[in-house]
Amino acid sequence: MDEAVLRGVVPQVIGVLVRRGADFATAEDAVQEALVEAWRTFGAGSAEPPRDLKGWLVTVAWRRFLDVVRSETARQRRELAVDLEPGQGPTETADDTLRVFFLCAHPALTPASAVALTLRAVAGLTTRQVAEAYLVPEATMAQRISRAKRTVSGESFDRPGDLATVRRVLYLVFNEGYSGDVDLAAEAIRLTRQLAALAGPDEQDPETDGLLALMLLHHARRPARLRVDGTIVPLADQDRSMWDTALIEEGVAVLQGALARQRRGEYQLQAAIAALHADAPSASETDWVQVVQWYDELLALTGSPVVRLNRAVAVGEADGARAGLAALAEVDPALPRHRAASAYLHEKDGDLATAARLYAEAAGLATDLAERTHLTREAARLNRAVR
Amino acid sequence: MPKYLLLKHYRGAPAAVNDVPMDQWAPEEVDAHLRYMDDFANRLRETGEFVDGQALAPDGMWVRHDGEGKPPVVDGPFAETKDLIAGWMVIDVEDRDRAIELAGELSAAPGNGGKPIHEWLEVRPFLQHHSETIE
Repeated sequence: MDEAVLRGVVPQVIGVLVRRGADFATAEDAVQEALVEAWRTFGAGSAEPPRDLKGWLVTVAWRRFLDVVRSETARQRRELAVDLEPGQGPTETADDTLRVFFLCAHPALTPASAVALTLRAVAGLTTRQVAEAYLVPEATMAQRISRAKRTVSGESFDRPGDLATVRRVLYLVFNEGYSGDVDLAAEAIRLTRQLAALAGPDEQDPETDGLLALMLLHHARRPARLRVDGTIVPLADQDRSMWDTALIEEGVAVLQGALARQRRGEYQLQAAIAALHADAPSASETDWVQVVQWYDELLALTGSPVVRLNRAVAVGEADGARAGLAALAEVDPALPRHRAASAYLHEKDGDLATAARLYAEAAGLATDLAERTHLTREAARLNRAVR
Repeated sequence: MPKYLLLKHYRGAPAAVNDVPMDQWAPEEVDAHLRYMDDFANRLRETGEFVDGQALAPDGMWVRHDGEGKPPVVDGPFAETKDLIAGWMVIDVEDRDRAIELAGELSAAPGNGGKPIHEWLEVRPFLQHHSETIE
């Protein structure tokens, strides 16, 4: 049995239990237990998985839920607040599933809590898997998840939420990439697909498709982005034959569908830039003029300093290093990647000594190890060239 | 099995024998150094002696409580003279000799000119958990 298929029905099953009157926190625990049982029963291929997997999980999870409620009741000796008899069979609706997404990305949660809760209750990962992916002890992650559940336990399940908050959480998951035995980028793509399907083709808000396109186009480059030893390969040096053409095709198609709806948002615009890179046979053959145009639009929409920085580098490609440096002069020098961008543009301008010094400074300011290694290596390369 | 903390310093350790900043090395020498560090950690994973290892950014600050209802006092970034830790590795080994042997190996990581750095590493034993021993 495919683990992703099993986990794919998790938010639906939670939705059914909550619709039948279970509280979200207990329902979520019950579904996790049902998952473990499903995996134990069908996972090793010892038994044929049921045709109606979701119905099976609903039955098992509901039984678990009742066990918990009954033991609570026996202890507290008071009446049940919920009707123990389920009404009809699993009456699941797309809206209920969507509300599980909303609840897990609720604005009352911190981003870290929303990410953790989403990975457990929507993606169906175990606490241990989430803990490993974020390199924290399992007990710490368990506590974070149970606090998050407590935070949203008083929230109405029936009030529709904001798709933008869900997208932000999925974007954070995607950016975490790959660590432990869970591919978080692939999980984020799976959940964004699910979200896009649940929300349907929304004329008012094509940003979920924009986000999906952005993820697909970035994910397509992953095989070329790192060397076997874990060091970074910059976009210009990547072996483009390693890019996943199927993902690119799909990403471009999803993006075109979103852009046709004429309501642009930041994910669509970022995806449009990624699509131009995907389309170019080499870095030098990239349509940099159009890349700059998309950055202009993105900047007008967001006013983000990071966009301004990336735009300056693109201007350097479109109009030459001097133009890029002039654009960079408008950017706050305190930004994390300012020195690295400046180093790149100075090298392009032929000032290798300045570029080497800036790369070394940028390495000292880097916030992750792979980036620091890359920048140190660039400084070393230029220092050799100058000598 | 005693645990030891191996500390690598940005500043504050006695000068290494082959003390040249990394950005002055050849790019292949940078690669060789990092490969050596990775191999070292992987070897300790295989022998069951690796516990944890992390690298620290060079920036940071001092922080202390400043009384009820007041925000903490922050002093930073660090002065140039402060002893500055670059990273650590925790190992769980048979005895002190093994800890010294491994620290020596780590200090031999290749640097400028492909020669060992001979960097000084700080080696600190963990205080052991108290346990009732049967005499």
